[in-house]
Amino acid sequence: MSQLVDITITINGKTHSDSVEPRLLLSDYLRHGLGLTGTHVGCEHGVCGACTVMVDGEAIRSCLLFAVQVDGCALTTVEGLAPTGDELHPLQAAFHETHGLQCGFCTPGFLMTLVPFLDHNPDPDDDEIRALLSGNLCRCTGYLKIIEAVKLAATRRREQRVKP
Amino acid sequence: METRYIGRPVRRNEDARLLRGQALFIDDVDLPGMLHVAFVRSIEAHSRIGDIDCSLARERDGVIAIYTARDLGDYCKPGPLLVPPPPIDGLVFHSRTHHPLAVDKARYVGEPIAVVVAESRYIAEDAAADIDVDIESLDPVVDLATALDPSAPRVHDDLESNLAAHVVQEKGNYEEARQNADVIIERRFVCDRGASAALENRGVIAHWDDRSQTLKVWDTTQAPIPIRNGLAAMLGLSESQVHVIAPFIGGGFGPKMMMFYPEEVLLPWISRRLGRPVKWIEDREENFVATTQERLQVHDAAIAVTRDGRVLGVRDEFLHDTGAYDPYGLTLPINSQCTVLGCYDVPNYYSEFKAVFTNKTIVTPYRGAGRPQGIFVMERLLDLAAKEIGMDRVEIRKRNLIPPDAFPHDNEIIYQDFAPLTYDSGNYAPALERAVEMIGYGEFLGKKQSESRQQGKLLGLGIVTYVEGTGIGPYEGARVRVEPSGTVTLATGMGTQGQGHFTTFAQLVAELLGVDVKDVRVVTGDTREMHWGTGTFASRGAVVAGNACHAAAQQVRKKILALASDHLEADQADLELSRGRVAIKGVPDSGISLAELAVLANPLRGAVSPGTEPGLEASSYFGPRSGTTASGVHAMIVEVDPDTFDVAIRRYVAVHDCGKVINPLILEGQIQGGVAQGIGNAFYEQLVYDDDGQLLNASFMDYLVPTASDMPDEFVIEHVETPSPLNPLGVKGAGEAGTIPVAALFAQAVEDALSEQGVEICQTPMSPSQLFELVRKAAQQKAQGGDER
Repeated sequence: MSQLVDITITINGKTHSDSVEPRLLLSDYLRHGLGLTGTHVGCEHGVCGACTVMVDGEAIRSCLLFAVQVDGCALTTVEGLAPTGDELHPLQAAFHETHGLQCGFCTPGFLMTLVPFLDHNPDPDDDEIRALLSGNLCRCTGYLKIIEAVKLAATRRREQRVKP
Repeated sequence: METRYIGRPVRRNEDARLLRGQALFIDDVDLPGMLHVAFVRSIEAHSRIGDIDCSLARERDGVIAIYTARDLGDYCKPGPLLVPPPPIDGLVFHSRTHHPLAVDKARYVGEPIAVVVAESRYIAEDAAADIDVDIESLDPVVDLATALDPSAPRVHDDLESNLAAHVVQEKGNYEEARQNADVIIERRFVCDRGASAALENRGVIAHWDDRSQTLKVWDTTQAPIPIRNGLAAMLGLSESQVHVIAPFIGGGFGPKMMMFYPEEVLLPWISRRLGRPVKWIEDREENFVATTQERLQVHDAAIAVTRDGRVLGVRDEFLHDTGAYDPYGLTLPINSQCTVLGCYDVPNYYSEFKAVFTNKTIVTPYRGAGRPQGIFVMERLLDLAAKEIGMDRVEIRKRNLIPPDAFPHDNEIIYQDFAPLTYDSGNYAPALERAVEMIGYGEFLGKKQSESRQQGKLLGLGIVTYVEGTGIGPYEGARVRVEPSGTVTLATGMGTQGQGHFTTFAQLVAELLGVDVKDVRVVTGDTREMHWGTGTFASRGAVVAGNACHAAAQQVRKKILALASDHLEADQADLELSRGRVAIKGVPDSGISLAELAVLANPLRGAVSPGTEPGLEASSYFGPRSGTTASGVHAMIVEVDPDTFDVAIRRYVAVHDCGKVINPLILEGQIQGGVAQGIGNAFYEQLVYDDDGQLLNASFMDYLVPTASDMPDEFVIEHVETPSPLNPLGVKGAGEAGTIPVAALFAQAVEDALSEQGVEICQTPMSPSQLFELVRKAAQQKAQGGDER
């Protein structure tokens, strides 16, 4: 219907080149163009955070971007967190241990929001965690066990760093 | 009894898939040749539909088909009534169900009028916008209070009024009882409409395969088996030709139990007609108008009490907004009617409700399902009565709790499951006392509250009780099979929306078969795996499906022991099942593995002896004769900001009794999540309709749901276990309990914080701006009262 635009994007370390409609949402491109369906769409207007992915290391809502806007960028989606073997990413493991997920639909968005957050702020206090999480909606857990998961993951991460 | 898994905080089997983004949700299904669907929906609340001009849309590249009601022919008829009304004397019920596409008239904003099928969703939406629907606007019915006026416009022209139902239930004689009362409190209570707002919207994918003559449907439904049965009937197919899968679902909370949604009826028809798979995924904007909602009721209630705090009777007359159609019957208002009585021994009760058609989205159960309104009414009445007679609010509750020796307790009215409302078991006073202790009731009222006032802080405490009728019939089934790999497969028809079925059901089976919980593979929500069942609703999973799993595992255990006893030439009494083996007691490495036994049970040579079956497999069903009643006490301390009236929860306590606990970790999650939804209901979740029936806040920008910042600073849960005598596991449901008491709790706590301002909270939700208005009005009244003196 309209002119296609060529894009090249690196996702989870793999480079993809495609021709896409300018209006194609990044969330739709990831999910239906590339089959990376771990990124979920909950509201299509940037409030719920379920579609959060990392673009050049920052948490970004993929429903608010067109695929053409991330041409040349490096993305990480939830599929890239623990790509090999049986091991979960430490944050995923913490969610499992604290029961930080129920239906799991919002969970990838929480994880992708939290990974860069803990990079920037390895020792967050309760208020900082709540303030950050308030940008993502979860309708099942009541958030308390997600907060526990963040604390657990942060503590473990600091302990790991302290070790020689 | 010592348990291996039941009662333990086992971590969930399903987590890894979900955490890795690998669990299959409906929008992840992608089939070759799949087409995409978008709907043209009514933009007015009440209108007559004229010509529908699709000519422009049909010209668009990539558009495959467009259908309106006329194109559906005989298939376009009103859907089934899901739940017929219970057998109550004098009951009036007008059943009006919706067509798959609106015929002649559209009765709410969002009602589907036409459907577009295209090569992509983008094109389908473009084409939907090209369709021109000629409509004649009609006056809408929006306000519940005036909807029954003789002059009101009518939602359904063939009815004499907008009355959908009229039901009276009575116990004892309230009018007589009130004569003996020292104090009678009368108030109007309003609970408003909210949205379930599951993070995943709805979706349907249908694939008719002409060669195999089968229909495969993926559906975000809480009830895949009834959907299969209904579709087979509508399409003239046998049930085994229709295969319905409810995959991982991103939250259900009730509205995904509604059936049949128009989209569920249409997609299979379209696929059959076009011979290609078709997909529709609801977007959030659609979800706000097209997915069912709940809660609006207006109660005029009264309580008659004596000076010493004894409740003599309660009278409640209420209006229930059922929206434009009532396919779910009377479940909601009956639940409200039955839940007003709460944990209390109310000797005389008169309850009358009228369900009312309005030009708004259809109303069906949302977590809590009519019960939060009932609890709100009763708990508020008790608070007001306590104030009036100068009694402590905990004391008035204590004096009226049903005593532990009065169970089973017959409430002498009929519940939503058609059975008499009888509480099977309960022990209410200890739970109340425990909550009083845990919240620090005495210290708070004695000291903390007044001290904080001196520092300019407005702290308040709330403490309320609730009951929840859970675990209703008719039945669920389970099939358990030991595989030749030594793992166990458990199939149940009950789909999952995040409740942890892959783990709790696995725990029940692992307990009896002596395998690891991880080695029980649970299959849910697939009609090819389990033919019989109903669905995940009414807090019934653990009770009904759980007991079916338990019964099936017991049968398989018997088969295992019989076969092992033969094979090992040992007495069954000398055998034990653990670590995936049948071993001689006390010698864990002896005996034979379940894997080997599974192979022996399905031999390639030799006969299966008469009267036995091959394999280590069994199916069982469980159907309770009536629901089991869970209960609890919640308490909280809030702080109200004196300038903004923002309410923060400082401490939250839940003492909860759902009988025998299967998994305390998952149960805690259910309670916390339920409370979060209750907080939304109490604080700000309100669907605001204008006078034209337009929803003004149909997005997450405007309809606020709780975030992490709204949750209590501290949250403590304690479990009390009063087993249910109605099922072998002794369990009661827990799914909705968290939500039920919160609005009542919030009202009491905030009122307490603002006691000096003299506000009374009789409606929910109550946002900071509404609270500000209440305080302002109270101050005005005080000032006027002052002038008069």
